[in-house]
Amino acid sequence: MSNAIYMDANATTPPSAAALAALEAALRVTGNPSSVHGFGRAARGLVDRARAQVAQLVGAKAENVIFVAGGTEANNLALASRGARPLIVSGIEHESVLKPAQAVGARILRVQRNGQVDLDDLAAALREAGRPAFVSIMLANNETGVIQPVREAAGLVHASGGLLHCDASQAPGRTALDLSELGADLLTLSAHKMGGALGAGALVLKGDLAIAAMLIGGGQEKFRRAGTENVPAIAAFGAAAEEARTLAHAARMAALRERLEVQLAEFGIEVLGKDAPRLPNTACVAVAGKSSETLVMALDLAGYAVSAGSACSSGKVKPSHVALAMGCGEEIAKSAIRISLGWWNTEAEIDGLVTRLANIAGWKVHSLPDMQPAA
Amino acid sequence: MSSLQEMKIATDGQNRPKTPIYLDYQATTPTDPRVVDAMLPYFTTHFGNPHSRNHSYGWEAEKAVETARAQVASIIGADEKEIIFTSGATESNNLALKGVAHFYKGKKNHLITVVTEHKCVLDSCRHLELEGFEITYLPVQQNGLIDLEQLKAAIRPDTCIVSVMAVNNEIGVIQPLAEIGKICRERKVYFHTDAAQAVGKIPLNVDEMNIDLMSISGHKIYGPKGIGALYVRRKPRVRLEALIHGGGQERGMRSGTLATPLCVGLGEACAIAQREMGAEAERLMGLRDRFYKKIKEQLPEVYLNGDLDSRIPGNLNLSFAYVEGEGLMMGIKDLAVSSGSACTSASLEPSYVLRALGVEEELAHTSLRIGLGRFTTEQDVDYAVEHIVESVQRLRAMSPLWEMAQEGIDIKSIKWAEH
Repeated sequence: MSNAIYMDANATTPPSAAALAALEAALRVTGNPSSVHGFGRAARGLVDRARAQVAQLVGAKAENVIFVAGGTEANNLALASRGARPLIVSGIEHESVLKPAQAVGARILRVQRNGQVDLDDLAAALREAGRPAFVSIMLANNETGVIQPVREAAGLVHASGGLLHCDASQAPGRTALDLSELGADLLTLSAHKMGGALGAGALVLKGDLAIAAMLIGGGQEKFRRAGTENVPAIAAFGAAAEEARTLAHAARMAALRERLEVQLAEFGIEVLGKDAPRLPNTACVAVAGKSSETLVMALDLAGYAVSAGSACSSGKVKPSHVALAMGCGEEIAKSAIRISLGWWNTEAEIDGLVTRLANIAGWKVHSLPDMQPAA
Repeated sequence: MSSLQEMKIATDGQNRPKTPIYLDYQATTPTDPRVVDAMLPYFTTHFGNPHSRNHSYGWEAEKAVETARAQVASIIGADEKEIIFTSGATESNNLALKGVAHFYKGKKNHLITVVTEHKCVLDSCRHLELEGFEITYLPVQQNGLIDLEQLKAAIRPDTCIVSVMAVNNEIGVIQPLAEIGKICRERKVYFHTDAAQAVGKIPLNVDEMNIDLMSISGHKIYGPKGIGALYVRRKPRVRLEALIHGGGQERGMRSGTLATPLCVGLGEACAIAQREMGAEAERLMGLRDRFYKKIKEQLPEVYLNGDLDSRIPGNLNLSFAYVEGEGLMMGIKDLAVSSGSACTSASLEPSYVLRALGVEEELAHTSLRIGLGRFTTEQDVDYAVEHIVESVQRLRAMSPLWEMAQEGIDIKSIKWAEH
């Protein structure tokens, strides 16, 4: 059993207490939401309630929330619905946007050194397209936490008659999220990154937009996504959405992250995207001369779960495509590690992490500010 | 009032079961409490992302996923490397049909399926037709089973895949899988079967039955919703094009973070089913026979839809002549039964499955699908029978058609005046 201190919230979070309660209760409810009898209607009620909660999180209409299995499916569904529009995506998107985009030869947008997408390049790409395009830009990057200028991008995209999709998987509970303010036409949400449970996500539409269903048969989700609804995971998603809306933990996570970065600055550690607006919980740091793989392994042995880049299928740790896109250079891309905090983390854990990191990296520890003995 | 706990309380040691009684096990099954117990730690203590390669949270989750994969493989006699986790049988069916068709497009453009398949198979086929594929929809015989000679005749040199469901969701009939598999292997076409209603209910072996792809559902076998699997044969290897792209999970065939607790739940559901299938089938067969016998004893003009012998133990599909469908449903509100597949039951269209059997429209409208399962008791059956009989008798007493039929008038010979 793992008792390591978990600092990999951007890979997945445990369900919050409220989400877990909703999930457990729903797991004990029998009924297919499509059945017309009482058991079915009870299950349908749970799905409807969650749909309203998720809609409220992002300021959308409930009928514009399409429940799917997760962020990857939502991103695929969004891109599949672009119709004949040429596709433009940023170079730091999650693989579930980048892979399908590369497969169709999409235009990939440049990213600035601070981790934000280059809006001049977006303007150029929209001109090159010569017709209304479908653009996908994430709200906050999963590796650096850098918040993207989505609202500005939406202005450019809409001026040319195009549509904007925004993968907001990392945003709920960490930064404000309003569909109208963002200006996105389609929005991806992932339940298990925001204190919900694995197995649910949503594609949320701003307005009435035609969706090219990938899973068909059965007519669920208004014919936009077939398959019996994952009622427990959806119920947990709803509960998590209600909590995320309050941003109750954001300030505390920001303080913890600040504590971490102040200490790391003593060692001259570079924080990727430090000059850009970032999620309050994410620190992507490069330790010169140490491969990220070595670092995360050593930290795991020392009892700290962090990650090198994003969790994906490949066993081999590749240099971060995000750091490379930011122009950080191969060396930094190979040594970047991601520390992503959650509501469960404490100051003592932050201090402990710095101590272990210093030991592993062989830094000379002179005086650490406010050092607590490691828990 | 629909929790499993309440259902258990309702049926434990009481003469009269607490209502409503759940008799819709083909729509969904309660998640077995043992499955819930197995899943919960993976929501809490072991909540890691199974694709996190750098820390013990990830490794623990991955280990649990792989154990579950082996449990799923075991119940169908497959190798664990041949199991792809999906979000459910609908995704598995979409992936199997579109995935294989797209991969072999250009070389083989013909698919064969059956008119009584689940909507998601039929809709996937219609979608492929729009893309230029040719589909043969095999009819079924009056008992709901396909005619193997018609299958043989339908296979062409450019046939890529044959998709025949193992067990029908409405009438519970079991298709001759081993025979179909043999034909497909001989003719070198892939054989896919939607086994959502079959796994854990009848013995299945992908090698003995020459099955190349098989769709599996979690929530139809006392596992959780939101999880399913697709068996994809490795020898000889079946290739398919993914529907969902991204992190390359599931060997590139299905991207997306695997939901560890749901995988664990499906695995546990399969393990339980594998252990208990024999005894459970016997018990359900007894309950079903009791149900059917008692109905037949008390009511004339009741028709069983679908073959009785080649049928899973937990299904009855009965048509009650001379009653009105909606009236019947209203009369048995205490019983959670379905009058067609759950996905389409909100509509008042008569079931396309029953129509494919040649069931007349009136009889299709008065059909009930009665699904018995793991938590159904003898008291449930007796109570249900009593209420169905009472309701049918009451409706018939009010029916002029029934009166005429009793007087020996052939209803079909009557020429009704135009209004």
